[in-house]
Amino acid sequence: MNFNLTTPRQGLKDGLPIGLGYLSVSFTFGLMAVSNGLTVMQAVLISMTNLTSAGQFAGLAIISASGSFAEMALTQLIINIRYALMSLSLSQKLDSSFSIPHRLLSSFGITDEIFAVCASKDGMINCRYMYSLILIPFLGWTLGTLTGACAGEILPPRIKAALGIAIYGMFIAIIIPPAKKSRSVMFVISGAAILSCLLKYLTPVSDGFSVIICAVAVSAAAALLAPVNTEDKDSEVV
Amino acid sequence: MKLYIYIIIMALVTYLIRMIPFALVRKKIRSKFIQSFLYYIPYSVLSAMTIPAIFYSTSGKISAAAGFITAVLLSLKNRSLITVALLSCAAAFAADLIVSFI
Repeated sequence: MNFNLTTPRQGLKDGLPIGLGYLSVSFTFGLMAVSNGLTVMQAVLISMTNLTSAGQFAGLAIISASGSFAEMALTQLIINIRYALMSLSLSQKLDSSFSIPHRLLSSFGITDEIFAVCASKDGMINCRYMYSLILIPFLGWTLGTLTGACAGEILPPRIKAALGIAIYGMFIAIIIPPAKKSRSVMFVISGAAILSCLLKYLTPVSDGFSVIICAVAVSAAAALLAPVNTEDKDSEVV
Repeated sequence: MKLYIYIIIMALVTYLIRMIPFALVRKKIRSKFIQSFLYYIPYSVLSAMTIPAIFYSTSGKISAAAGFITAVLLSLKNRSLITVALLSCAAAFAADLIVSFI
């Protein structure tokens, strides 16, 4: 498999493992939404319009606590602001097929995993690739929510618990191979992991906010200490 | 009705965060610092999201550690994303079973 192809077909292929991974997370979301008093349709509506895990779980917590609308908006902003960084980073990799309408539409599908796969491509990406990449994860996210909300606990709890690690396993598989080749990437990965632990255990900073602090601080430090020439480095952009 | 307002707020805020940088930044960024910064962002974001969260992603610390170690070892061997993801689940599941029998 040539991982660097950006054809629609490759997009579907790349999206498949993401979609499968989303099934278990969104299944859990569906279950929780219904047990918090939402209808099946409302749970599915949230998933189809938000397409994000942490933000949806946090939103659910606010809904069930009858929080204010301002609290809802601010929480979503803090938890999801990392998407702005990802979106900014990806904006540099879009080829000329991305007209404004395509940017308006496709940006809806920027999730952690979609971003990670797009960022892992050498060079530019086109909009047909991005749409086909988003398709299966979107369907998986919707379908998982639907089945979770409808069917209750289908899987034994033990299997469900083990599936929770899938997404993180995928993240590790994305960041480790490039770190083997580049010391500065290794520095970034270890630095972010250490800082993330410090923030978690020594400060009251929320998880969503912690990711932003780590990303900005460590990437800025690395950009100062080990600036890259992206033109030369295209072949090893994440 | 209130529920649908919640949903609209969630969806709108999340969409705007994704859309604004994507639609507005149409030029190539020239600054070497910002280029480098954006180059490193995926690594720092994914690393900070994974650690320490991965250790809370299963039923216990031991099963999570088993999944984590499996994922790191397989990634060092450049295995595909889906292989790493599924085998780390399998390792977490196996560790959880073993722990429950002890």
